[in-house]
Amino acid sequence: MITASHISKIFNGHKVLNDINVSFKQGITNLVIGQSGSGKTVLLKCIVGLLDPDEGDIIYNNVNFTKLNFDQKKTIRQEIGMLFQGGALFDSYTVEENVLFPMNMFTEKTMEEKLERVNFCLKRVNIINVNHLYPSELSGGMKKRVAIARAIALNPNYLFCDEPNSGLDPLTSVLIDQLIKEITEEFNMTTIINTHDMNSVLEIGQKVIFIHDGVIEWEGSNKDVLESDNVKLNDFIFATSLAKRLKKNPCD
Amino acid sequence: MKFLYNLGHYFYFLFKVFSKPEKLKVYYRQTFLEIEKLGVNSIYIVAIISVFMGAVITIQGALNATFPMFPKYLIGFATRDSLILEFSCTVVALILAGKVGSNISSEIGTMRVTEQIDALEIMGVNSASFLVMPKIIASMLFNPFLTIISVILGIIGGLVAGTLTGVITFSEFIYGIQRGFDSFYVTYSLVKTVVFAFIISSVSAYYGYYVSGGSLEVGQSSTKAVVYSSIAILFFNVVLTQLMLM
Repeated sequence: MITASHISKIFNGHKVLNDINVSFKQGITNLVIGQSGSGKTVLLKCIVGLLDPDEGDIIYNNVNFTKLNFDQKKTIRQEIGMLFQGGALFDSYTVEENVLFPMNMFTEKTMEEKLERVNFCLKRVNIINVNHLYPSELSGGMKKRVAIARAIALNPNYLFCDEPNSGLDPLTSVLIDQLIKEITEEFNMTTIINTHDMNSVLEIGQKVIFIHDGVIEWEGSNKDVLESDNVKLNDFIFATSLAKRLKKNPCD
Repeated sequence: MKFLYNLGHYFYFLFKVFSKPEKLKVYYRQTFLEIEKLGVNSIYIVAIISVFMGAVITIQGALNATFPMFPKYLIGFATRDSLILEFSCTVVALILAGKVGSNISSEIGTMRVTEQIDALEIMGVNSASFLVMPKIIASMLFNPFLTIISVILGIIGGLVAGTLTGVITFSEFIYGIQRGFDSFYVTYSLVKTVVFAFIISSVSAYYGYYVSGGSLEVGQSSTKAVVYSSIAILFFNVVLTQLMLM
Protein backbone atom coordinates (compact mmCIF):
# COMPACT_ATOMS: atom_id res chain seq x y z
CA MET A 1 0.00 0.00 0.00
CA ILE A 2 1.16 3.55 -0.74
CA THR A 3 -0.02 6.57 1.23
CA ALA A 4 0.41 10.19 0.25
CA SER A 5 0.00 12.35 3.32
CA HIS A 6 -0.49 16.15 3.13
CA ILE A 7 1.44 16.45 -0.13
CA SER A 8 1.94 19.96 -1.50
CA LYS A 9 4.11 21.07 -4.39
CA ILE A 10 4.72 24.60 -5.58
CA PHE A 11 6.19 25.66 -8.96
CA ASN A 12 7.06 29.34 -9.45
CA GLY A 13 4.66 30.44 -6.71
CA HIS A 14 1.81 28.33 -8.11
CA LYS A 15 0.54 25.55 -5.87
CA VAL A 16 0.26 22.57 -8.23
CA LEU A 17 -0.61 20.10 -5.44
CA ASN A 18 -2.45 21.31 -2.38
CA ASP A 19 -2.59 19.09 0.72
CA ILE A 20 -3.17 15.77 -1.05
CA ASN A 21 -4.16 12.89 1.25
CA VAL A 22 -4.77 9.58 -0.42
CA SER A 23 -4.09 5.85 -0.06
CA PHE A 24 -3.52 3.42 -2.91
CA LYS A 25 -4.45 -0.17 -2.14
CA GLN A 26 -2.55 -3.33 -3.10
CA GLY A 27 -3.88 -5.76 -5.69
CA ILE A 28 -6.25 -3.32 -7.39
CA THR A 29 -5.89 -0.70 -10.10
CA ASN A 30 -5.90 2.81 -8.61
CA LEU A 31 -6.68 5.43 -11.22
CA VAL A 32 -5.87 9.12 -10.86
CA ILE A 33 -7.96 11.17 -13.25
CA GLY A 34 -8.21 14.86 -14.01
CA GLN A 35 -7.80 17.43 -16.74
CA SER A 36 -4.43 18.16 -18.29
CA GLY A 37 -2.54 20.42 -15.88
CA SER A 38 -4.55 19.32 -12.85
CA GLY A 39 -1.45 17.91 -11.10
CA LYS A 40 -1.75 14.17 -11.84
CA THR A 41 1.75 13.76 -13.27
CA VAL A 42 3.31 15.92 -10.54
CA LEU A 43 1.63 13.72 -7.91
CA LEU A 44 2.92 10.58 -9.62
CA LYS A 45 6.44 12.05 -9.88
CA CYS A 46 6.33 12.96 -6.17
CA ILE A 47 5.25 9.42 -5.31
CA VAL A 48 8.04 7.76 -7.31
CA GLY A 49 10.61 10.28 -6.07
CA LEU A 50 11.37 12.07 -9.33
CA LEU A 51 10.19 15.26 -7.59
CA ASP A 52 10.49 16.11 -3.92
CA PRO A 53 7.23 17.37 -2.41
CA ASP A 54 7.50 20.74 -0.64
CA GLU A 55 5.34 19.41 2.18
CA GLY A 56 4.04 16.01 3.25
CA ASP A 57 5.19 12.41 3.19
CA ILE A 58 5.00 9.45 0.83
CA ILE A 59 4.76 6.17 2.69
CA TYR A 60 5.46 2.80 1.07
CA ASN A 61 4.20 0.02 3.37
CA ASN A 62 5.07 1.94 6.57
CA VAL A 63 8.41 3.24 5.20
CA ASN A 64 8.56 7.02 4.83
CA PHE A 65 10.04 7.33 1.33
CA THR A 66 10.47 11.13 1.50
CA LYS A 67 12.80 10.88 4.50
CA LEU A 68 15.18 8.38 2.85
CA ASN A 69 18.47 9.35 1.19
CA PHE A 70 19.38 8.37 -2.39
CA ASP A 71 20.93 5.01 -1.46
CA GLN A 72 18.06 4.07 0.88
CA LYS A 73 15.54 5.01 -1.80
CA LYS A 74 17.30 2.61 -4.19
CA THR A 75 15.94 -0.39 -2.27
CA ILE A 76 12.35 0.75 -2.74
CA ARG A 77 12.99 1.88 -6.30
CA GLN A 78 14.04 -1.64 -7.24
CA GLU A 79 10.52 -2.70 -6.27
CA ILE A 80 9.01 -0.11 -8.61
CA GLY A 81 8.07 -0.61 -12.23
CA MET A 82 6.99 2.35 -14.28
CA LEU A 83 5.29 2.69 -17.62
CA PHE A 84 5.89 6.13 -19.11
CA GLN A 85 3.64 7.98 -21.52
CA GLY A 86 5.98 7.38 -24.47
CA GLY A 87 7.29 4.05 -23.21
CA ALA A 88 10.76 5.47 -22.43
CA LEU A 89 12.46 2.42 -23.89
CA PHE A 90 16.21 2.80 -24.36
CA ASP A 91 16.65 3.59 -28.06
CA SER A 92 20.08 2.05 -28.39
CA TYR A 93 19.01 -1.29 -26.88
CA THR A 94 16.97 -4.03 -28.48
CA VAL A 95 13.69 -5.21 -26.95
CA GLU A 96 15.54 -8.06 -25.22
CA GLU A 97 18.26 -5.74 -23.88
CA ASN A 98 15.62 -3.31 -22.62
CA VAL A 99 13.91 -6.01 -20.56
CA LEU A 100 17.27 -7.45 -19.49
CA PHE A 101 18.52 -4.08 -18.29
CA PRO A 102 17.03 -4.00 -14.74
CA MET A 103 18.15 -7.61 -14.21
CA ASN A 104 21.68 -6.84 -15.41
CA MET A 105 21.85 -3.92 -12.99
CA PHE A 106 20.34 -5.48 -9.90
CA THR A 107 20.51 -9.27 -10.00
CA GLU A 108 23.24 -11.86 -9.99
CA LYS A 109 21.31 -14.35 -12.14
CA THR A 110 23.00 -16.25 -14.94
CA MET A 111 22.39 -15.12 -18.51
CA GLU A 112 20.22 -18.20 -19.10
CA GLU A 113 18.00 -17.37 -16.14
CA LYS A 114 17.75 -13.76 -17.18
CA LEU A 115 16.81 -14.66 -20.76
CA GLU A 116 14.21 -17.07 -19.45
CA ARG A 117 12.70 -14.25 -17.41
CA VAL A 118 12.83 -11.89 -20.42
CA ASN A 119 10.95 -14.37 -22.55
CA PHE A 120 8.43 -14.96 -19.77
CA CYS A 121 7.78 -11.21 -19.40
CA LEU A 122 7.49 -10.67 -23.14
CA LYS A 123 5.16 -13.64 -23.48
CA ARG A 124 3.10 -12.32 -20.57
CA VAL A 125 2.47 -9.06 -22.43
CA ASN A 126 1.71 -11.01 -25.62
CA ILE A 127 4.84 -10.01 -27.51
CA ILE A 128 6.82 -12.72 -29.22
CA ASN A 129 9.59 -12.87 -31.83
CA VAL A 130 10.60 -9.24 -31.41
CA ASN A 131 13.54 -9.81 -29.05
CA HIS A 132 16.10 -8.44 -31.49
CA LEU A 133 14.13 -5.47 -32.80
CA TYR A 134 14.91 -1.90 -31.73
CA PRO A 135 12.21 0.36 -30.24
CA SER A 136 12.15 2.43 -33.44
CA GLU A 137 10.98 -0.68 -35.29
CA LEU A 138 7.93 -1.19 -33.02
CA SER A 139 4.41 0.23 -33.15
CA GLY A 140 3.10 2.42 -30.30
CA GLY A 141 1.15 -0.44 -28.73
CA MET A 142 4.12 -2.80 -28.93
CA LYS A 143 6.37 -0.21 -27.29
CA LYS A 144 3.90 0.08 -24.40
CA ARG A 145 3.84 -3.72 -24.03
CA VAL A 146 7.62 -3.93 -24.02
CA ALA A 147 7.71 -1.12 -21.45
CA ILE A 148 5.30 -3.12 -19.28
CA ALA A 149 7.50 -6.20 -19.72
CA ARG A 150 10.53 -4.17 -18.58
CA ALA A 151 8.52 -2.76 -15.67
CA ILE A 152 7.62 -6.24 -14.37
CA ALA A 153 11.03 -7.82 -15.04
CA LEU A 154 12.12 -7.57 -11.40
CA ASN A 155 8.74 -8.68 -10.01
CA PRO A 156 7.91 -5.24 -8.64
CA ASN A 157 5.54 -4.57 -5.76
CA TYR A 158 4.50 -1.24 -7.21
CA LEU A 159 3.51 -0.37 -10.78
CA PHE A 160 3.05 3.20 -11.98
CA CYS A 161 1.57 4.08 -15.34
CA ASP A 162 1.52 7.60 -16.74
CA GLU A 163 -1.13 7.94 -19.44
CA PRO A 164 -0.71 4.35 -20.68
CA ASN A 165 -3.22 4.87 -23.49
CA SER A 166 -1.96 8.10 -24.95
CA GLY A 167 -1.43 7.82 -28.68
CA LEU A 168 -3.06 4.39 -28.95
CA ASP A 169 -6.12 3.37 -30.92
CA PRO A 170 -9.24 2.44 -28.86
CA LEU A 171 -8.82 -1.32 -29.31
CA THR A 172 -5.14 -1.32 -28.29
CA SER A 173 -6.03 0.96 -25.36
CA VAL A 174 -8.51 -1.59 -24.05
CA LEU A 175 -5.97 -4.39 -24.45
CA ILE A 176 -3.29 -2.41 -22.57
CA ASP A 177 -5.80 -1.57 -19.79
CA GLN A 178 -6.80 -5.20 -19.43
CA LEU A 179 -3.17 -6.26 -19.40
CA ILE A 180 -2.33 -3.82 -16.60
CA LYS A 181 -5.33 -5.00 -14.57
CA GLU A 182 -4.48 -8.69 -15.07
CA ILE A 183 -0.83 -8.15 -14.11
CA THR A 184 -1.85 -6.14 -11.03
CA GLU A 185 -4.10 -8.93 -9.78
CA GLU A 186 -1.74 -11.73 -10.80
CA PHE A 187 1.32 -10.27 -9.02
CA ASN A 188 -0.69 -8.52 -6.26
CA MET A 189 0.94 -5.16 -7.00
CA THR A 190 -0.02 -1.68 -5.90
CA THR A 191 -0.80 -0.07 -9.23
CA ILE A 192 -1.36 3.64 -9.82
CA ILE A 193 -2.48 4.79 -13.25
CA ASN A 194 -2.68 8.40 -14.40
CA THR A 195 -5.22 8.85 -17.13
CA HIS A 196 -7.88 11.07 -18.60
CA ASP A 197 -9.30 8.29 -20.70
CA MET A 198 -12.88 7.60 -19.54
CA ASN A 199 -12.84 4.15 -21.16
CA SER A 200 -10.01 3.16 -18.83
CA VAL A 201 -11.89 4.57 -15.85
CA LEU A 202 -14.98 2.54 -16.62
CA GLU A 203 -13.06 -0.62 -17.60
CA ILE A 204 -10.45 -0.93 -14.87
CA GLY A 205 -11.03 1.84 -12.32
CA GLN A 206 -11.31 -0.26 -9.18
CA LYS A 207 -10.43 2.87 -7.25
CA VAL A 208 -10.74 6.29 -8.88
CA ILE A 209 -9.33 9.57 -7.56
CA PHE A 210 -10.33 12.78 -9.29
CA ILE A 211 -7.89 15.71 -9.01
CA HIS A 212 -8.88 19.24 -9.93
CA ASP A 213 -6.48 22.21 -9.60
CA GLY A 214 -4.16 20.22 -7.34
CA VAL A 215 -6.90 19.16 -4.91
CA ILE A 216 -8.61 15.79 -4.57
CA GLU A 217 -12.21 16.52 -5.45
CA TRP A 218 -13.68 13.04 -5.47
CA GLU A 219 -12.83 9.41 -4.64
CA GLY A 220 -14.78 6.31 -5.54
CA SER A 221 -14.86 3.47 -8.04
CA ASN A 222 -15.85 2.96 -11.67
CA LYS A 223 -19.24 1.78 -10.44
CA ASP A 224 -20.22 5.12 -8.96
CA VAL A 225 -18.23 7.56 -11.10
CA LEU A 226 -21.12 8.13 -13.53
CA GLU A 227 -23.64 8.66 -10.74
CA SER A 228 -21.67 11.20 -8.75
CA ASP A 229 -23.22 14.60 -8.11
CA ASN A 230 -19.83 16.31 -7.93
CA VAL A 231 -20.12 19.18 -10.40
CA LYS A 232 -16.41 19.34 -11.27
CA LEU A 233 -16.24 15.59 -11.84
CA ASN A 234 -19.31 15.72 -14.05
CA ASP A 235 -17.79 18.66 -15.89
CA PHE A 236 -14.70 16.55 -16.54
CA ILE A 237 -16.53 13.36 -17.50
CA PHE A 238 -19.32 14.82 -19.58
CA ALA A 239 -17.58 18.06 -20.60
CA THR A 240 -20.73 19.87 -19.40
CA SER A 241 -19.18 23.33 -19.43
CA LEU A 242 -18.16 22.82 -23.05
CA ALA A 243 -21.65 21.51 -23.89
CA LYS A 244 -23.25 24.56 -22.27
CA ARG A 245 -20.96 26.91 -24.16
CA LEU A 246 -21.64 25.16 -27.45
CA LYS A 247 -25.37 25.38 -26.76
CA LYS A 248 -25.07 29.13 -26.20
CA ASN A 249 -22.79 29.76 -29.15
CA PRO A 250 -22.64 26.91 -31.69
CA CYS A 251 -19.90 28.71 -33.65
CA ASP A 252 -17.45 27.91 -30.81
CA MET B 1 26.17 35.28 -11.87
CA LYS B 2 24.79 32.79 -14.38
CA PHE B 3 28.33 31.69 -15.18
CA LEU B 4 29.03 31.00 -11.50
CA TYR B 5 25.73 29.15 -11.14
CA ASN B 6 26.53 26.96 -14.15
CA LEU B 7 30.05 26.34 -12.90
CA GLY B 8 28.78 25.23 -9.47
CA HIS B 9 26.08 23.13 -11.08
CA TYR B 10 28.69 21.54 -13.37
CA PHE B 11 30.84 20.50 -10.38
CA TYR B 12 27.75 19.13 -8.61
CA PHE B 13 27.03 17.15 -11.78
CA LEU B 14 30.60 15.80 -11.81
CA PHE B 15 30.17 14.72 -8.18
CA LYS B 16 27.09 12.73 -9.23
CA VAL B 17 28.93 11.29 -12.24
CA PHE B 18 31.86 10.03 -10.18
CA SER B 19 29.84 8.57 -7.32
CA LYS B 20 30.01 4.82 -6.71
CA PRO B 21 28.73 2.82 -9.70
CA GLU B 22 25.93 0.27 -9.18
CA LYS B 23 27.54 -2.63 -10.98
CA LEU B 24 31.09 -2.37 -12.31
CA LYS B 25 30.62 -5.15 -14.87
CA VAL B 26 27.90 -3.20 -16.66
CA TYR B 27 30.03 -0.04 -16.58
CA TYR B 28 33.03 -1.86 -18.11
CA ARG B 29 30.91 -3.09 -20.99
CA GLN B 30 29.43 0.36 -21.45
CA THR B 31 32.92 1.91 -21.51
CA PHE B 32 34.04 -0.40 -24.34
CA LEU B 33 30.89 0.45 -26.31
CA GLU B 34 31.66 4.14 -25.85
CA ILE B 35 35.26 3.63 -26.96
CA GLU B 36 33.90 2.27 -30.21
CA LYS B 37 31.22 4.93 -30.59
CA LEU B 38 33.19 8.01 -29.57
CA GLY B 39 36.75 6.96 -30.35
CA VAL B 40 37.02 4.34 -33.07
CA ASN B 41 34.28 6.00 -35.12
CA SER B 42 36.26 9.26 -35.04
CA ILE B 43 39.41 7.78 -36.60
CA TYR B 44 38.17 8.44 -40.13
CA ILE B 45 37.53 12.18 -39.66
CA VAL B 46 40.73 12.63 -37.65
CA ALA B 47 42.72 10.82 -40.37
CA ILE B 48 41.36 12.98 -43.20
CA ILE B 49 41.86 16.23 -41.29
CA SER B 50 45.37 15.28 -40.19
CA VAL B 51 46.61 14.37 -43.68
CA PHE B 52 45.40 17.67 -45.12
CA MET B 53 46.58 19.63 -42.09
CA GLY B 54 50.09 18.18 -42.46
CA ALA B 55 50.07 18.92 -46.19
CA VAL B 56 49.05 22.54 -45.68
CA ILE B 57 51.59 23.13 -42.88
CA THR B 58 54.37 21.84 -45.16
CA ILE B 59 53.34 23.92 -48.19
CA GLN B 60 52.84 27.08 -46.10
CA GLY B 61 56.16 26.43 -44.36
CA ALA B 62 57.85 26.19 -47.74
CA LEU B 63 56.25 29.46 -48.91
CA ASN B 64 57.74 31.21 -45.90
CA ALA B 65 61.15 29.64 -46.35
CA THR B 66 62.26 31.32 -49.55
CA PHE B 67 65.48 32.76 -48.09
CA PRO B 68 68.34 30.80 -49.75
CA MET B 69 70.26 30.30 -46.49
CA PHE B 70 67.22 28.72 -44.83
CA PRO B 71 67.79 24.94 -44.71
CA LYS B 72 64.94 23.09 -46.39
CA TYR B 73 64.87 20.36 -43.75
CA LEU B 74 63.44 22.94 -41.32
CA ILE B 75 60.14 22.61 -43.18
CA GLY B 76 59.90 18.99 -41.99
CA PHE B 77 61.07 20.04 -38.54
CA ALA B 78 58.36 22.75 -38.33
CA THR B 79 55.68 20.38 -39.61
CA ARG B 80 56.51 17.81 -36.93
CA ASP B 81 56.60 20.29 -34.07
CA SER B 82 53.47 22.14 -35.18
CA LEU B 83 51.57 18.88 -35.38
CA ILE B 84 52.78 17.56 -32.02
CA LEU B 85 52.53 20.81 -30.07
CA GLU B 86 49.29 22.23 -31.37
CA PHE B 87 47.50 20.79 -34.37
CA SER B 88 47.12 17.13 -33.44
CA CYS B 89 45.96 17.86 -29.89
CA THR B 90 44.21 21.23 -29.89
CA VAL B 91 42.82 21.47 -33.42
CA VAL B 92 41.75 17.83 -33.40
CA ALA B 93 40.15 18.41 -29.96
CA LEU B 94 38.19 21.35 -31.37
CA ILE B 95 36.99 19.17 -34.23
CA LEU B 96 36.05 16.39 -31.80
CA ALA B 97 34.20 18.95 -29.68
CA GLY B 98 31.98 19.42 -32.72
CA LYS B 99 31.63 15.77 -33.65
CA VAL B 100 31.70 13.92 -30.33
CA GLY B 101 30.43 16.80 -28.17
CA SER B 102 27.25 17.34 -30.18
CA ASN B 103 26.74 13.56 -30.30
CA ILE B 104 27.00 13.21 -26.51
CA SER B 105 24.84 16.24 -25.79
CA SER B 106 22.07 15.33 -28.22
CA GLU B 107 22.05 11.67 -27.18
CA ILE B 108 21.72 12.44 -23.48
CA GLY B 109 19.36 15.37 -24.16
CA THR B 110 17.05 13.15 -26.20
CA MET B 111 17.11 10.59 -23.41
CA ARG B 112 16.09 13.34 -21.00
CA VAL B 113 13.15 14.66 -23.04
CA THR B 114 11.87 11.17 -23.85
CA GLU B 115 11.93 10.26 -20.12
CA GLN B 116 14.58 7.54 -20.56
CA ILE B 117 16.67 9.20 -17.82
CA ASP B 118 13.62 9.27 -15.53
CA ALA B 119 13.18 5.56 -16.26
CA LEU B 120 16.77 4.92 -15.11
CA GLU B 121 16.28 6.98 -11.95
CA ILE B 122 13.08 5.16 -11.06
CA MET B 123 14.83 1.81 -11.42
CA GLY B 124 17.34 3.07 -8.83
CA VAL B 125 20.18 3.61 -11.28
CA ASN B 126 22.39 6.71 -10.84
CA SER B 127 21.67 7.96 -14.36
CA ALA B 128 24.42 10.61 -14.41
CA SER B 129 27.04 8.06 -13.49
CA PHE B 130 25.71 5.30 -15.76
CA LEU B 131 25.40 7.52 -18.83
CA VAL B 132 28.33 9.88 -18.43
CA MET B 133 31.17 8.15 -16.61
CA PRO B 134 31.76 5.56 -19.38
CA LYS B 135 31.83 8.36 -21.97
CA ILE B 136 34.40 10.39 -20.01
CA ILE B 137 36.61 7.36 -19.37
CA ALA B 138 36.31 6.17 -22.98
CA SER B 139 37.29 9.59 -24.32
CA MET B 140 40.21 9.98 -21.93
CA LEU B 141 41.50 6.50 -22.80
CA PHE B 142 41.10 6.65 -26.56
CA ASN B 143 41.75 10.28 -27.53
CA PRO B 144 45.54 9.96 -26.95
CA PHE B 145 45.53 7.27 -29.67
CA LEU B 146 43.71 9.68 -31.95
CA THR B 147 46.41 12.28 -31.28
CA ILE B 148 49.19 9.80 -32.10
CA ILE B 149 47.38 8.74 -35.28
CA SER B 150 46.93 12.41 -36.17
CA VAL B 151 50.64 13.20 -35.73
CA ILE B 152 51.70 10.21 -37.86
CA LEU B 153 49.20 10.89 -40.63
CA GLY B 154 49.91 14.62 -40.54
CA ILE B 155 53.60 13.98 -41.07
CA ILE B 156 52.82 11.56 -43.91
CA GLY B 157 50.48 14.18 -45.44
CA GLY B 158 53.24 16.78 -45.19
CA LEU B 159 55.80 14.44 -46.71
CA VAL B 160 53.57 13.52 -49.65
CA ALA B 161 52.48 17.11 -50.31
CA GLY B 162 56.03 18.43 -49.93
CA THR B 163 57.62 15.94 -52.30
CA LEU B 164 54.78 16.00 -54.86
CA THR B 165 54.83 19.78 -55.10
CA GLY B 166 58.63 19.78 -55.14
CA VAL B 167 59.05 22.23 -52.23
CA ILE B 168 61.21 19.73 -50.33
CA THR B 169 62.89 16.44 -51.12
CA PHE B 170 62.03 13.17 -49.41
CA SER B 171 65.40 12.94 -47.64
CA GLU B 172 65.33 16.59 -46.49
CA PHE B 173 61.86 16.09 -44.95
CA ILE B 174 62.89 12.85 -43.19
CA TYR B 175 66.03 14.55 -41.88
CA GLY B 176 63.89 17.47 -40.65
CA ILE B 177 61.44 15.36 -38.72
CA GLN B 178 64.33 13.52 -36.99
CA ARG B 179 66.25 16.66 -36.09
CA GLY B 180 66.09 18.12 -32.56
CA PHE B 181 63.31 15.85 -31.36
CA ASP B 182 62.21 16.53 -27.78
CA SER B 183 60.17 13.65 -26.38
CA PHE B 184 58.66 15.94 -23.73
CA TYR B 185 56.63 17.57 -26.50
CA VAL B 186 54.81 14.27 -26.95
CA THR B 187 54.08 14.09 -23.23
CA TYR B 188 52.82 17.68 -23.32
CA SER B 189 50.60 16.89 -26.31
CA LEU B 190 49.14 13.76 -24.70
CA VAL B 191 48.48 15.52 -21.39
CA LYS B 192 46.60 18.23 -23.28
CA THR B 193 44.65 15.59 -25.19
CA VAL B 194 43.53 13.85 -21.99
CA VAL B 195 42.44 17.16 -20.41
CA PHE B 196 40.59 18.17 -23.58
CA ALA B 197 38.90 14.75 -23.77
CA PHE B 198 37.61 15.27 -20.22
CA ILE B 199 36.36 18.75 -21.10
CA ILE B 200 34.60 17.64 -24.31
CA SER B 201 32.81 14.68 -22.75
CA SER B 202 31.87 16.23 -19.41
CA VAL B 203 30.77 19.67 -20.66
CA SER B 204 28.72 18.15 -23.48
CA ALA B 205 27.15 15.61 -21.13
CA TYR B 206 26.32 18.39 -18.66
CA TYR B 207 24.41 20.40 -21.27
CA GLY B 208 22.59 17.30 -22.48
CA TYR B 209 21.73 16.01 -19.02
CA TYR B 210 20.04 19.19 -17.83
CA VAL B 211 18.07 19.95 -20.98
CA SER B 212 14.35 20.50 -20.53
CA GLY B 213 11.67 20.89 -23.15
CA GLY B 214 11.68 19.20 -26.55
CA SER B 215 13.69 18.74 -29.71
CA LEU B 216 14.33 22.48 -30.08
CA GLU B 217 15.99 22.62 -26.66
CA VAL B 218 18.01 19.48 -27.44
CA GLY B 219 19.40 21.26 -30.52
CA GLN B 220 20.17 24.37 -28.49
CA SER B 221 21.92 22.35 -25.79
CA SER B 222 23.98 20.63 -28.47
CA THR B 223 25.11 24.01 -29.81
CA LYS B 224 25.93 25.25 -26.29
CA ALA B 225 27.89 22.06 -25.61
CA VAL B 226 30.10 22.62 -28.67
CA VAL B 227 30.59 26.35 -28.02
CA TYR B 228 31.41 26.07 -24.31
CA SER B 229 33.62 23.01 -24.64
CA SER B 230 35.54 24.78 -27.45
CA ILE B 231 36.02 27.87 -25.28
CA ALA B 232 37.13 25.70 -22.35
CA ILE B 233 39.61 23.87 -24.62
CA LEU B 234 41.14 27.16 -25.80
CA PHE B 235 41.36 28.45 -22.22
CA PHE B 236 43.00 25.29 -20.86
CA ASN B 237 45.31 25.21 -23.87
CA VAL B 238 46.82 28.50 -22.68
CA VAL B 239 46.91 27.34 -19.04
CA LEU B 240 48.61 24.01 -19.83
CA THR B 241 51.08 25.62 -22.22
CA GLN B 242 52.05 28.11 -19.55
CA LEU B 243 52.33 25.38 -16.92
CA MET B 244 54.20 22.79 -18.97
CA LEU B 245 56.32 24.65 -21.47
CA MET B 246 57.32 27.87 -19.72
